[in-house]
This record gives sequence, C-alpha cells and structure tokens, in this order.
Amino acid sequence: MSEKTSSKLERILASGNLAVTSECGPPRGTDPEAIIEKANLIKDYVDAINITDNQTSVTRMCSLAACIRLKLMGLEPVLQMVTRDRNRIALQSDILGAASFDINNMLCLSGDHQSFGDCAAGQNVHDLDSMQLLQLVRKMRDEGKFLGGDEIKRPPKMFVGAAANPFADPFEIRVPRLAKKVAAGAEFIQTQCIYNLDKFEKWMEGVRERGLHEKVHILAGVTPFKSAGMARYMKNRVPGMDVPDDVVKRMADTPKEKQAEEGINICVESIQRLKEVEGVHGFHVMAIEWEEKVPGIIERTGLYPRPEV
Amino acid sequence: MIVAERKPIDEIIEKIKDYNKILLLGCNECVTVCEAGGKKEVGVLASALRMYFLNKGKEILIDEITLERQCDHEYLEEIRDRIDQYDAVLSLACGVGVQFMADKYLSTPVYPGVNTCFLGATEKRGLWTERCQACGQCILASTGGICPISRCAKRVLNGPCGGSTNGKCELSKELDCAWQLIIDRLKAMDRLDDYEKLADIKDWSSDRAGGPRKVVREDVQE
Repeated sequence: MSEKTSSKLERILASGNLAVTSECGPPRGTDPEAIIEKANLIKDYVDAINITDNQTSVTRMCSLAACIRLKLMGLEPVLQMVTRDRNRIALQSDILGAASFDINNMLCLSGDHQSFGDCAAGQNVHDLDSMQLLQLVRKMRDEGKFLGGDEIKRPPKMFVGAAANPFADPFEIRVPRLAKKVAAGAEFIQTQCIYNLDKFEKWMEGVRERGLHEKVHILAGVTPFKSAGMARYMKNRVPGMDVPDDVVKRMADTPKEKQAEEGINICVESIQRLKEVEGVHGFHVMAIEWEEKVPGIIERTGLYPRPEV
Repeated sequence: MIVAERKPIDEIIEKIKDYNKILLLGCNECVTVCEAGGKKEVGVLASALRMYFLNKGKEILIDEITLERQCDHEYLEEIRDRIDQYDAVLSLACGVGVQFMADKYLSTPVYPGVNTCFLGATEKRGLWTERCQACGQCILASTGGICPISRCAKRVLNGPCGGSTNGKCELSKELDCAWQLIIDRLKAMDRLDDYEKLADIKDWSSDRAGGPRKVVREDVQE
C-alpha cells in the first residue's frame, strides 16, 4: 500500500501508526463558526476530520464548503459524499472542486434514505452506488479521466475510503462485501459503530483469512453513549446497528448522573480491546454532537499525542 | 401489469362537480385485474357519485362504459360517435389510457380516476407489489432474477446497503431487502460467488433519464 496522494491520513497509515479520525456534522445554517468550534475541540487529537454529507437526510450546510473551512484552518478533512443527492455530473464536478482546494480524502457512501430526513417527499438520485463512486474516484485519479473518457487537467488526488458495516445482514456476505469494496478501489474503511466486539472480531477473522487487512486500512468506528436512552435507541431504532443486551444493561444499571461517564468508559475499553485486533489500523471516533469528549477518549487510550509524519 | 389505485372520491368530485354529463370510462385490462378501474369499479364509483350529487340536489348524468383497452386506437374508437354527448370523461384507465383518450378526443376534457402506481404483480387478492421500473436494460440475469432497481429503495446495484436488518429494508420491517432476496437466490442456485462481481455503472439513457421512449418494430408494422 504505497502512497499515491498528499493525504496526511494516508501518510500516517502508511507509516504503520494507528490513525485517528473523527467527524463533524455541518450546521443547519450558514454560520461557519459552528464548524470551526467543533473542529477546534478535536483538531489536536485526530489526524483527519470527516465532514458528513447531509447525514440522516437532513438538509445542512454542504460537506464540501465545511471541508474548505477545515482546509482554511490548516486541518485535514475527509469529504463524505453520498450518491443519494448527486448524479454523475455533480459527483465528478464536486470531486474536482474539492481537489482544487487540495482536499485529499474522500469517503464514498450511498447515504440514508431521504424518507428519514426533512425532505421525505424529495427524489433520490442513486445514479451510481457507493461502490461505483469508489470506481469513479479511482478512475479520475489513476487514469486521469472523466467517466465519459475525456482527460482531466490536473486530476484529483484523493485517498479513497468507504464505509463497512460488519453487523448488517446477511452476515455471510459481510466479508465478501468488503472484498468487493476493495476491488472497487477502497483504500481505507471506516466501520459502523462497534458495540458487539465479539462479532466484529469474528468479521475481522474473515477479513484476515482473505488477506483483505493487507489491502485496505480498516479504521474501527466507535461512538460513546451519552445515556442509557441513547443505547436503547441505537439498539432498537438505528438500522444496521448491533448493540448487545449486556452493553445496554451496563448503561441502564448505571445511575443517571454517571451514565455519560460510563458511556465514555465503554468506548475507551472498546478501543483498548480493538487495538489488539490484527488488521485494525486506526479508529474513527464518532462522538455525535459530543465533540468535546473526543480528546479525553484519545488521551485515555494512549493514542495521544498524534504522530508527526 | 400496470398497477393502479383509485383516487379518493373527494378529489374526483372536486374535478367533475361543475359538469352535467359525464362518461365514466373503465378499462378491461390491468386496472380490472388490480380492481381499480374495471367494469365493477366503474359501477361502484358511478353509484357513489350519483348518490353524492343527488344529496347535493344536483342533476348529473353519469354513463358507464368499460372498453376492452384504453391504450389501443381500435377500442378507443368505439366511443367516437358518443363522445360529443358528454361534458367530460372520467377515465379509470392507467395514465396511458387517460393520455390516449386526451390525444384522440382533443376537445373533450378527461380526468384520471386512478393513480397509476407501478409495474407489479398480484401477491394475493388485495395485495399488489412492484417488480419492474422499465429501465429499458434488464439486469435480472446478473441479480438472480430479483430486480434491485425496482425493489431496493436506493436502487443499489452492488448491495445490500448498511441498512439491511434481518432481511428487511431500513425503510420498513414490512419491506423485504431486495439484496437479501438476491443473495438467498444466488445461494439456492449455488452461485454465491457471483455476488462479488462488481455491477457496471449503469447506462440510464434507456430509462426515464433518456426522455420519452419508444419501441419501433418495422417488421411488424403495416
């Protein structure tokens, strides 16, 4: 896995260090301070910051503009891009725009269905799917060509990633599905939030059996619970999420005023255990509207200070 | 077949309330099978409308005719000598029939009495489900005979997405995940290895995206 871009995230992963990424959701308005404040809370503790793309299909400031804000702060953004809202013209155009600001990382996603958001009556596009978006970015970068075959002047140099959910059904195709994303061009993977560590480790066994851990950098996704209510919500309401009963119980058995702290403890313990899993090359810490907790989690897990590469 | 569903009666009344002579026109094809616009439904709707206007003290003539097909010149011609007797036509055919009617009888207002929903199948009486979006480039050969374009809410060609849970779609526990069905089929046929073949980026120009479509068969034209 030799370096192909100017991405700091790629450089850290190539150096063999565990990478740490986190994410910020852009505001539902035009105030750039919202993104700047969030980024300032975490910037010294992570290598790169994902900017979500209208997550849960709720209309927000565009990911690209928020990524440019991070670049202006001298930070390393990961541009999340979903195929729900853009056809192949818009996708390619946004990729060029992002690359013109030297945004060097991109995460290719299909996106939540629009019926979950504030525009349930809207159309979705899905001209490409997430795997085909991976192929598209790799073609633009590696061949220097548009999908239509024309040459790109100064092709985009993106380090390309995808999501993986080891917990979605059916489990038997979870490893083949990762293989497919790798074949499509994924160079790093950020996983769904991991609460069922046994199942994740079983998935990683399958990943290693096929040697996929040597072809793609897997960043394990973690999200601290703020409360027992959040744990129950994630278990029961969020599609594709696997929260074991004992984890929900641990949160529920904790007095209310200590639940937030216990949520952080679970997150820290998860990272400690996952650090030992062969093939896990880093962590993606998704502290949803709780960015101020990221530094503590990173410090407690021995991932601070971040390496200079 | 084309699956349709009758519009709410209030919406229909709102459209036709100012006319005095209405032709209620059914179709003996798809909308009969899906019980939205055949002879029986024409009768039921005509009675309901007559009752409504009678209660309102309005005299209105509602005649009932159900054609063999409304998407065919031959059958639609059958009403040519009567069409001028009516102020408007309320068609219970699919959108194709309504438009054919509008094309043919230029000066007669025509209103749709059904919402045309999708290309689908009868699962059982009273339950019709979508099976095809007429994309014009059938990919069923590579998806185990299950269509992800019509049956996956995100029409992902390399699925399933992360929202698939217990074989169901993230949209609803009632809705099968198309990719679970595809995988089940591939497994049953001992072709699960096919799952890892990446689906090509699709050419949507034969779909709605390419503009109104037509099929031309010169060999059968007269």
